[in-house]
Amino acid sequence: MIVGGISIRELPRKKYLLPGNSSCPGCPEALGLRYLGMALGDRVILVVPAGCSTVIEGLAPNYSMRFPIVNVPFASADAVASGVATAKEVLGEDAVVVVWAGDGATADIGFATLSGAAERGDNIIHICVDNEAYMNTGIQRSSLTPYGAWTTTTWTGKKERKKDVPLIMLMHKVPYVATASVGYPMDFIEKLRRAASIKGFKYIHLHAPCPTGWRFDPSLTVEVAKLAVETGMWILFEAINGKVKISPSSLPYRDRSRRKPIRDYIKIQGRFRALTDKELRKLESMVDDVWDTLIKFT
Amino acid sequence: MKLVVMHLTGNYAVAWAVKLSRVKVVSAYPITPQTTIVEKISEFIESGMMDAKIVRVESEHSALATVFGAASSGVRAFTATSSHGLMYMYEMVWWSAGARVPIVMAIVTRTIGAPWNIWSDHSDFMSQRDTGWLMIFAEHNQEVLDSVIQLFRITEDPRVYLPGMIALDAFILSHTTEPVDVPDQSLVDSFLPSRRQPYTFKSGDPITMGNLPSNPRDNMKMRWDVHESLVAAKKVIMEVDREWGELTGRSYGGLIECYRCSDAKYFIIGVGAWVGDMREAVDMLRSEGYEVGLIKLRFVRPFPAEELAEVVRGGKGAIVFDRSVSAGSAGPLYLDTVAHLGALNVGVPVKNVIAGIAGVDVTYNDIAGVVRSFIEEIESKGVVSNYVEWYFG
Amino acid sequence: MSEISHILPLSKPKEGISKTGTWRLKKPVIDHSKCVKCLMCWLHCPESTIDVVESSEKFVEVNYEFCKGCGVCANVCPVKAISMVPEG
Repeated sequence: MIVGGISIRELPRKKYLLPGNSSCPGCPEALGLRYLGMALGDRVILVVPAGCSTVIEGLAPNYSMRFPIVNVPFASADAVASGVATAKEVLGEDAVVVVWAGDGATADIGFATLSGAAERGDNIIHICVDNEAYMNTGIQRSSLTPYGAWTTTTWTGKKERKKDVPLIMLMHKVPYVATASVGYPMDFIEKLRRAASIKGFKYIHLHAPCPTGWRFDPSLTVEVAKLAVETGMWILFEAINGKVKISPSSLPYRDRSRRKPIRDYIKIQGRFRALTDKELRKLESMVDDVWDTLIKFT
Repeated sequence: MKLVVMHLTGNYAVAWAVKLSRVKVVSAYPITPQTTIVEKISEFIESGMMDAKIVRVESEHSALATVFGAASSGVRAFTATSSHGLMYMYEMVWWSAGARVPIVMAIVTRTIGAPWNIWSDHSDFMSQRDTGWLMIFAEHNQEVLDSVIQLFRITEDPRVYLPGMIALDAFILSHTTEPVDVPDQSLVDSFLPSRRQPYTFKSGDPITMGNLPSNPRDNMKMRWDVHESLVAAKKVIMEVDREWGELTGRSYGGLIECYRCSDAKYFIIGVGAWVGDMREAVDMLRSEGYEVGLIKLRFVRPFPAEELAEVVRGGKGAIVFDRSVSAGSAGPLYLDTVAHLGALNVGVPVKNVIAGIAGVDVTYNDIAGVVRSFIEEIESKGVVSNYVEWYFG
Repeated sequence: MSEISHILPLSKPKEGISKTGTWRLKKPVIDHSKCVKCLMCWLHCPESTIDVVESSEKFVEVNYEFCKGCGVCANVCPVKAISMVPEG
């Protein structure tokens, strides 16, 4: 398989996420961490705020990864990364400083810090690993939980829509904004490499279906991730210097008629079990709205 | 040695010390009365006088986070704040100490709201005493400059490897000009070695800091090591202050400084700018025949327990002035003092005076008056009736 | 000055911190005769427990000591060469 000039055979085989780690079976964050290693390898310094990845690291005095990792408090990640990147610039050392943050550390508690680093143009990559709820603390809703989804703080389904963070980051006029999905590893790896080649603030939003929190079988992580794209629920795009380009894997779904029914995506997840037909229609119109808005920037 | 006497506010003295210490990364967020420190540092950097980067962050939480990131990645880093700014970064204060990253932070002490108030008391600084940072309090602007440079040396000493904060009183020092000897760069270079730290994040060198411990006992030992290192820092503090004295002719007694204590029977204990007023009060009381001396605590952490006990032992009483209060109990300096003096069997009555909160002016006359009443009460009755006294002036 | 040792909150990488193979309810079994060497199972394994060995008998193999049995590999295999067999 060759995507964007990258061949699967040429991907590094070195393990950056090690066997015996503490992720749940079928974990999308574990997949994402592997792809990060394949894309950028030894150049990475990872800054990890509180979240599932904190646990995936495993127990001291060891850890289950081969990245240098700065573990940091929840709201601080982008600021710590700014400090790391600034120090490396002063010292003249090569490093790709990557914030590996969940939806909470990106869109909620860490949002001001993220926006600050983006506005300053600090030389870091922020990856939002979006599993659409506070999974590590037991599946509580976040501002990135989609409309209608059950969580342990929205027992009858979330009443509000998902915050569109990629577009908010686009409006920061940063040199690189992209979305990705654990169902499309080559696309993600290509985007990571492109981001690392650009100086300044880079944002990548990685859609990460979570079997534990979304209530689906762990063998289906990749299928669910692909269905999100095929139904138009998640749009893969890339914006270099503000110019939005829908990524090849999402391009067919610009045409609404080519999208699979959102019901296909909803029905294989337990978290949407209580969604009524009326609510499904509302969710569908929200998806159309997200597409319409994004297309205006292409 | 070339000495240059400049007229500097306390905040500018901090800025000059940071420049002389060859700090490489500065990050801060504006708050009165700290702001002029980073304004001056920005000016140094933008005019090419100082080779460093400044990260102008969006909050104090991010200011210390950025400094923590830079310092843990191999460079000397600095921030400054006050009051609500320090409260907002509180989580990062703990994280930096637990991570054992040498950092220096200046705290321009200001009261905490509500209500809004920009004047000095010590509530912000004293509320940090459980965090694991070294905590030094300056009396005047010369000591501010000297202590910032000393603090870089102490925090980066392998026996210590902890962050440190230096306090200076809002406006009384921060915005008041005093003559300050600014040492030559070569002198500071000879005193302050290049950056040392316990570990450094580098790409290609996989270590992690701060993942979950498999055994809580290991975690407890980390906290114990923070405590032990603070206690061990006492020796380093004494060495560093002595060496600075040999280079500049100025030393401050290391942990504590005694004024007219050798034949004193009563002791005033305090920290910060009003120690200057306490000196005046001692002179006044001495002229009236009272056998009183002054103990200035230079360090709040490590707490100079034995050093204090040695001076007070055999005396007839001590009076601790606190410019903050642990509401519902007593002043924090008093609590430390009575705990350690008691445990070390220094059996003298100790009184607490809580004064100057929220910026209320306290003069040497006020101090002398309170001390006079205290001594007279002990001399006549042998005990202190009101051992935690709120003094409103 | 002698080097002072502190008790620091630092960790080093280690493979196999937990014996996660014991979590497994189903075991992926590869029919190597069907394998088309596409690497999809290696690429999509969330655990780094599928190794590319490229020997004459097999192209890839599963590290059962740590495989958690999630079954992602079986689902992404384009020729259905991996079956999930219940653990005895």
